[in-house]
This record gives sequence, structure tokens and C-alpha cells, in this order.
Amino acid sequence: MTDNTTDAASDTGAPRQPDSAFTLDKDTATEPVVHDSGRDREILLTVTDLVKHFPVKEYTGLFPKTLQTRAVDGVSFDLAKSETLGLVGESGCGKTTTGRLVTRLLDPTSGSIEFEGHDIAHLKEKQLRPMRRDIQMIFQDPYGSLNPRFTVQQIIGAPLEIHDMVPKKQVKARVQELLELVGLNPEHVNRYPNEFSGGQRQRIGIARALAVEPKIVVADEPVSALDVSIQAQVMNLMSKLRRELGIAFIFIAHDLGIVRHFCDRIAVMYLGKMVEVGDREDIYEKPQHPYTQALLSAAPDLNVVRGAVPNERIRLIGDVPSPIDPPSGCRFRTRCWKAQEICAAEEPPLDPAKDKPEHVIACHFPEVKTDLVADSDAS
Amino acid sequence: MTETLATPAGEPGTQRRPPLDPNAPVVLSVEDLKVQFPTEDGLVNAVNGVSYQVKAGQTLAIVGESGSGKSVSSMAVMGLHDPKRSRISGSIKLDGDELVGASQSHFRKLRSNTVAMIFQDPQSSLHPFKKIGAQIAEAYLAHHKVSRSVAAKRAVEMLDRVGVPNPARRAKQYPFEFSGGMRQRAMIALGLVNDPKLLIADEPTTALDVTVQAQILDLMNDLQREFGSAIIMITHDLAVVAEVADHVLVMYAGRSVEKGTAQEVLASPRMPYTWGLLSSVPSLTADVGSDLKPIPGNPPSMLHLPPGCSFEPRCPYSDRVPGDRCKTEMPEFLEVPGEPGRLTRCHLADPAAIFADEVAPNLE
Repeated sequence: MTDNTTDAASDTGAPRQPDSAFTLDKDTATEPVVHDSGRDREILLTVTDLVKHFPVKEYTGLFPKTLQTRAVDGVSFDLAKSETLGLVGESGCGKTTTGRLVTRLLDPTSGSIEFEGHDIAHLKEKQLRPMRRDIQMIFQDPYGSLNPRFTVQQIIGAPLEIHDMVPKKQVKARVQELLELVGLNPEHVNRYPNEFSGGQRQRIGIARALAVEPKIVVADEPVSALDVSIQAQVMNLMSKLRRELGIAFIFIAHDLGIVRHFCDRIAVMYLGKMVEVGDREDIYEKPQHPYTQALLSAAPDLNVVRGAVPNERIRLIGDVPSPIDPPSGCRFRTRCWKAQEICAAEEPPLDPAKDKPEHVIACHFPEVKTDLVADSDAS
Repeated sequence: MTETLATPAGEPGTQRRPPLDPNAPVVLSVEDLKVQFPTEDGLVNAVNGVSYQVKAGQTLAIVGESGSGKSVSSMAVMGLHDPKRSRISGSIKLDGDELVGASQSHFRKLRSNTVAMIFQDPQSSLHPFKKIGAQIAEAYLAHHKVSRSVAAKRAVEMLDRVGVPNPARRAKQYPFEFSGGMRQRAMIALGLVNDPKLLIADEPTTALDVTVQAQILDLMNDLQREFGSAIIMITHDLAVVAEVADHVLVMYAGRSVEKGTAQEVLASPRMPYTWGLLSSVPSLTADVGSDLKPIPGNPPSMLHLPPGCSFEPRCPYSDRVPGDRCKTEMPEFLEVPGEPGRLTRCHLADPAAIFADEVAPNLE
């Protein structure tokens, strides 16, 4: 309902003209989104053994005990220039925390985050300032992440002024340029967030992140709060920006279809650990970790109704264990159908796959499984 | 929270929905339902003449964007609209009982007993201070003259039935002690405790992870087979529709725009809005090299609906219709010739051909 009333507000007066502003440039739209860069990657960001524990108090007995929620527990990965890394996993697996650690919105408990050769994991707020320009974030909730009392001009102009990106007099012109870049009407600079629909607000959030010309953007579920038809618009915008501006993305999402569409590399997380990291084809076509296989087979598939053979279903029973007291050894073993004694005793390291060193799997019994996704051989 | 171990319960090649029984009794029949809300800015026609039927043991999925009227129409069935702030007209017959204009006390007798609702967010729809078992027992006591201990036993039974491990212990816990998936199971137990004829599930799995979503959808399919309830599933996720629905009703801007069996609507849709919905979702097998194909623009304001087809401003095919008919004339919701029960609202002369030639090749 709110969506509609806001639309009404922005539509009064002028005739409706949404379509032109929302479609992407036709020439670039047909180009492939993904460029296969091969393996000569120019590394921007290296994360090593990143750990984040949140203290929680437990009030049992006379004295409260302080326990640690192991939200992220030893995560390592790297990110190359204009690459997109997808982080997937169930809620509570630490994907959002990882994103917030990389942007340094949270202080890591230990580990290092090396950005262009400098460790930024333990810098103080003041020392962080210059780096904030380079790593930006897009948030999930387009309603909560924009200050309702600021105009679009103030929202997008703030980072420009803080980082002295342009002379004061040119801020407005630059804001309008950015609005145009994300497909909004540049004349709307003086409007407030409530005058925009969800998809438009998400575009404002994107413009704000782009204002400081970042090298890395962490996008935390950027489209999950939007309607299906609007999701595709925002995803196309992000693909275009990536193509034209060469920004590297860390893309956090639970929608496996969208992750597959947007990401070159995918890291599957479970209970604060990465269990499998690989290129798109590795993860979706040749997944080796049982958890990755279960995730893929659980995704509901439209093709079934179009006459495709339903895929084999792996049913996980129960919930993710508590990150306060994770299972010993392999954390997935409590829900894994392959679990044996060694899984409880020994934590499996992230080992490279036999045929491809870039595809790493943390499992004692890795096994390639294909055909987890229903065949799209429709009539 | 890992009481059970996992099993590789993959059953390849099974049909996920049983075949339809054409003689099943009609549980809910909605005719020309209109729900209007007077606001300061004018009258909002949230639901504008929607008709559908749901039969026992079958599932109708209502699909649409936020603001399309899908939730509002089913809240009218539950009698959840404030009569002072809404105008409801048309006819809602639940098991032969007319509900438009029924009193609140009448609705109270029906709710949970004949019709129950499961909400998207189980966290905010369960009472945070009351034990799960007590909440389920309360719903049972409201419609059955039994002792508290019998009701409590029934609550434990229901929790067991929906797959909550350790039901006797879990019944004594509070909602915050349950995980999201378990809470949704408890909601389903609460909804089914009085064995309702109709269950309305409003985005029941949107807030859940895929693995848990698969569990809950399986559970709903199983329970439907066991209890024979009719289910209305409100969702925006077409893949979920493919998993659970027998019939689909697509809504746009308060009106129904396409209706048919799940097979018909998802495999050979006849309305450009449904095409747009199908094309904008990246599937797990789609070609990754190309951009997604969104529906341009935004849904229209419910205060200022266009005079013609509501979807016309966003429709890429309106120029195929001669003249300005799409702009000036609202298409009727008509049966597709030769396909009984299949209705669409579109001026296009031969949508089947356009879908087959232009839309379907891009869906893979």
C-alpha cells in the first residue's frame, strides 16, 4: 500500500514517464555480463583467518557467564579487480557479518583484511577514513537505510562532501549525474526517500555507494526486499555498473538463481566457516560438499511444471546448530548423511579439488554430484 | 536444535502433486469480491471484482506484486478488515455460508474452526509471553468443550504431527526458544488444530531459508493429503507455486488477470504480466551471459488507475493491439476459447502464438 501512495505522490502533475528512465542502454544490455578473465587476477582484497565472536551473557545460576557466538570463525578468501564473489548460506551462517567486517562496520576479533597491500583489520576509525572511500556497502532494506529527513541531494551529497570528492559548488551537479547513472530522474534531487518506491530507493542506496568511486562494493541482499519484477531491474543496473565501472562486488544473497546470474565465484558458508569455494560452474554444476548439494537441491524449481524431470531432493532435517557451541570437527556433520567418526574428531581443511586447484572443499568425503538442478528441457 | 540426523531422502522422479479430483466439494467460493478503503486522498480499490473457487484437498496459489490485492482479498475471507474503515461487497461463500456482511461474532466462530490463516512472520504472529503448547490448546478450547488437559494433549499431538521434535518438551517452551522454521511449524500446528476446511497461507515460507522452505512446503503437501483441507497459498515466488499449487490466480492492481491450473499458467501463460514475471526470475539453469528481462516501470497507484488495462503502461505488447484499445478500454476477464476454467484479461488477439514465438525461447 505504501508503495502505491508514494507513487501517486511522485506521479501527480507530470504524466507517467517511468519506462524511459528505467530501461538500460540497449547496446550494453546485449553484451555478456561475465568476462572470463582466466587466472591472471589482480588481487584487491585478501582476507585471512577472519574471526568475529560476539559475546553473549547467559544468566543461569548466580553469576552470568559470558559465552561467545562464533559468527565468523576463520574465513579466508580473496577478491580480484572487477570480480564478483557471492556469499551464500542459511541465515546465521555469518555471511552478513563477513560483509560488515570487510567494510569495517564491525571490528574483527582476529585475522587480517589486506586491501591493496595494507592490513585494515585493526585500524582505528580515523585511519580508516581514506579506506572507506574504496569499500562501500549497499544494504538490504531500502526503507531503513535512507534517512527519511534527508533529501536525495543530502543523502548522496554527504559522502561527496566528507571525502572532498568535488568542489562544493559542483556537488549538486555530481549528485544529478549519479542519479542519472542509476536510472533515476536527475530532477528529483530535492525529494525525500518516502516519495520513492522500494526499487527506486534501492537505486538511491546504490548511487550513494557509487558517489565515492569505490573499488569494492559489498551488497548485502540488495534485492531480497523488492518485488520480483523490480528485482530484475536492480540486478541489471548492478550488472551494468560492474561492466562499465569495473567495480568488484561481494554479493551476499540467499537466492541461488540470482547469485548464479551475477557472481563469477561463489563461497558457500555454514556456521561461520566456508565449506566450498569455486567458480560458478564448479558450484552449480559440480558441487562436491554435501551442504552445497543440499542447498541446490532444496531450491524450488519452476521447470518442473514445464515438464522437466524433478531433480533428486536432498532433505536436510533439523536446523543449523547454535553458533555458540558449534559441533566438533566438521560443523555440518550433525545434518550430514555421510558423517562418520572422523567428521566428529577432525575438522576438514579447505582442500582443492582434484581437477581444479581454485575449487576448494572442506569435507572428508567430497564427491562430485551433477544434475542437482532440474533439466530445463522444456517442451 | 539438532535433535534429528539428516537422511538422504531424495526420491527422484516423483510427481509432487497428486492428480486433481474434479468432484471434490467446493469449500470457498468468492464472487465479484470488491474491497475498498476510503482514504484522505480518495477511494482505494484494493480488490476490484475478483472471483475464484477452492475445492477440498486442492491448493490455489494467488500470485502478484505487493499492493496487487492478494493479501487483502484473503483477509476479507477471514473477516480481518475493520468494517469502519473498509467497504466489502460481492460474495464470499465459505462452505455455503455467506460471509460478506457477517457479524464479528459469526467470524469468531469460523476463525480457526472452519478457516485458519498462517502468516509470513511467525515471530510476530505468535504471542511472545505464552507457551507454544498453551497457544495451540487455547485455539482448540475455543471451539471444543473439553478439559484443559485434553486440549494440552491435543497440542502436543499437533506439534508432533508437524514434525517438531520432542513435542512434549517443546510445548512448554516460548516462541523465542524456537527457530524460524520450527516457529512456522508451530504456526501450522496452531492453524490445523481444529481441522479447518480452508487454510490460508500468506507467504508462509518467504522469511525462511531454502532448506527450511523445502521442509515446510513438503509438510504442507503431506498435511493436505492427510487432512484434506483446501489451501490458499499467497506468494510472489513462482517456483514455490510450481511446487505446491493446483490452480493459480495471477492478480495485478486489484484485479485478476490470469487464472488456470498451475500447469497451464506457468507453462503456457497468456497474459504479458505473467510473461514478465516468468522472464524476470533467473533460473538455476538459465544462460548467465545475458541480462535479466525485467518488467519496466512500477505498478500503478491504486488511487489513479489507468482507464484501460492496468498493465498497459508497463506492457511491451500493447502496440500489437489495433488502435488505443489497451489505453482506453479495460479488457474483460474472459475464458480462453476451448479451455474451460482458463481465463485471461488481455486484448491481444493471439497471445499463445506470441508466447510460443517470442517469450518462451527466452525463458530457458
